Amino acid sequence: MPQPDVRLDRVTKRFGDVVAVDDLSLVVEHGEFFSMLGPSGCGKTTTLRMIGGFEETSEGTIYLGDADVTDLPPFRRDVNTVFQNYALFPHLTIYENVAFGLRRRKIPDGEIRHQVATMLALVELPGYERRRPHQLSGGQQQRIALARALINHPRVLLLDEPLGALDLKLRKQMQIELKRIQTEVGITFIYVTHDQEEAMTMSDRIAVMRHGRIEQLGPPEDLYERPSTDFVAGFLGVSNLIEGEVAGRDDRFAAIRLPDGTVLRAPSASVNGAPRVRVGVRPEKLRVLALTDEASSAANGLNTLDGVILDASYIGVSTQYLVEIASGQRLVVYAQNIETSGAAEAHPDGQRVRLTWRPEHTFVIGAAPMTPSDEQPEGEIHA
Amino acid sequence: MAGWLRQHRGLIPYLFLLPGVLWLLVFFVLPMLAMASVATQEGTLGTGFRQTFNVGVFPEVLDRYAPHFLRSLEYALVVTLLTIGIGFPMAYTIAFRGGRYKNVLLLLVIMPFFTSFVIRTISWKFILADQGFVLGTLKDAGIVDEGFRILATPAAVISGITYNFLPFFVLPMYVALERIDYRLVEAATDLYASRLQAFLRVTLPLSIPGLFAGSLLTFIPAAGDYINAELLGGTRDTQMIGNVVQTLYIVNRDYPHAAAVSLILMVALLVGVVAYRRVLRGQELTV
Ligand SMILES: Nc1ncnc2c1ncn2[C@@H]1O[C@H](COP(=O)(O)OP(=O)(O)OP(=O)(O)O)[C@@H](O)[C@H]1O
Ligand SMILES: [Mg+2]
Repeated sequence: MPQPDVRLDRVTKRFGDVVAVDDLSLVVEHGEFFSMLGPSGCGKTTTLRMIGGFEETSEGTIYLGDADVTDLPPFRRDVNTVFQNYALFPHLTIYENVAFGLRRRKIPDGEIRHQVATMLALVELPGYERRRPHQLSGGQQQRIALARALINHPRVLLLDEPLGALDLKLRKQMQIELKRIQTEVGITFIYVTHDQEEAMTMSDRIAVMRHGRIEQLGPPEDLYERPSTDFVAGFLGVSNLIEGEVAGRDDRFAAIRLPDGTVLRAPSASVNGAPRVRVGVRPEKLRVLALTDEASSAANGLNTLDGVILDASYIGVSTQYLVEIASGQRLVVYAQNIETSGAAEAHPDGQRVRLTWRPEHTFVIGAAPMTPSDEQPEGEIHA
Repeated sequence: MAGWLRQHRGLIPYLFLLPGVLWLLVFFVLPMLAMASVATQEGTLGTGFRQTFNVGVFPEVLDRYAPHFLRSLEYALVVTLLTIGIGFPMAYTIAFRGGRYKNVLLLLVIMPFFTSFVIRTISWKFILADQGFVLGTLKDAGIVDEGFRILATPAAVISGITYNFLPFFVLPMYVALERIDYRLVEAATDLYASRLQAFLRVTLPLSIPGLFAGSLLTFIPAAGDYINAELLGGTRDTQMIGNVVQTLYIVNRDYPHAAAVSLILMVALLVGVVAYRRVLRGQELTV
């Protein structure tokens, strides 16, 4: 088991009446790519700034390795930050920007020259030494900000939405780049973003935050496949949620009865004892079959729901269906266009269909429904 | 007209500059030429002045008023250093610590401007008078000697000028500091710079445009000042070059010499400004 690099122990941060970070504890392992994901204002930046030393904690303790750094100023902490706006020094050349940390630590000139060259090669900008920050593109500035932080070989690198200002294509490219560099240098990254796809692509583990607390923490596939709250389910993509009642369970599966009598099965482990629950399934896990005889025979051992196609939209890689089930709820289905090349020919509007999916792909969320005031990422659909 | 402009787009910036250029031509360049012409004339008010292209007037006044020139530059230099010393922390505090009181604090800085320059200087004269409120009290209490005085000393003149021109330094300095992204300072401390180092390596170099503007706005009028020297000084030992010009022009009506002195002062200041700019440019580039 690798040793933890960063440990937050019951950390709280208040700005006047606002509780930005609320009794938060977490452990980041050595060499991990750890992301904090959450909507605007959930306390991601504040948490990162407390780790960096730019913000004092109101309560709690922060450890780097074994050392309590709660009261140390930034320049005494073995962490470096890549700021959202890059914060490159406009009056210094790229060389001096990258060399800044080494100069402050009185590293000899020859050594600095060597290390700066190595870093610029790592971020694929060799030969840019004499330029000024304003002479670089956004993506290039981003790389320099990364080089300026990494050259110090900190124990932990903190990144606050470092790709936020870049366009989509460049973002994708830099995501891969960042992951490559992180693997190459083996430094622990704590990465803040509100883009779930970005977090999923790069992270070893993700903490989904909300109202200054961690809502759920785990590897990306855990969060996606088995969200434990509807907030997480909704934040990490589209999910279909159907209310029901636990009707029984065995070792592997629990049976959940919907109000209309239909029984769905979900992994037992996901049911925590609450009688009333919501059953969830991701749109791409659903199969749409025209309601014929072979459909019913193919449904053996699967969860099934019957409904009517309300709308079909062809979006290239897949076709998106909106299906109304018996209770009147609407479910979203993403169907791969393996055999078809247009929506109409597969399942026309108004067709009666059967939706099937594997019980293993079902997740269960207990607790009360969300209050309407809660923030919701765009594009989320609640069934 | 519009069609013509469309065809000559490149001229538009010059058109925008035109009013300013004309203004400067009429109110700066013409008077300058007139002054140069007056300086090289000879004669008296009684007999009339004639243009003789007497360039010898420049070395002549330079030699005669050398002490005044030097004193003016010396006072202006001390004043500028004092303003930087007093004004920089002021501007820094307002810019970085002012919070929501920023505007109130700035208003306080320019508050003295609501009263005339001369009136304010005269009130200083009253306050600092030998038997005035401050010294009178101190003398009665036996804290300072009966003979102790502030008025009519270089210190009084320098203090007065410093007081009068402080806002001219604080305002541009504030603007420059205010523009600095505080995250740059955070980035510096993140990269192992102590607070002092972050100030020296980031805040200070980035505030140099303000330092440049502010110190010039103080130094130049300070070098030409004569009100403070007259009201708070008033002795031979505190006479500045501004007093010389005033005496030559208003009292002696010796227009050629007055013009020559003014021209020399102006050229000296221009040369100084260019050199100063060079020095600060260099500063900004090095780490
Ligand atoms: N200096 C401050 N003074 C007062 N309130 C603050 C301050 N900084 C942050 N907050 C508040 O703390 C909460 C968390 O802010 P934070 O910047 O950590 O959010 P975030 O998760 O980074 O959001 P975003 O995705 O928009 O960057 C917000 O409600 C914010 O208004
Ligand atoms: Mg933020």
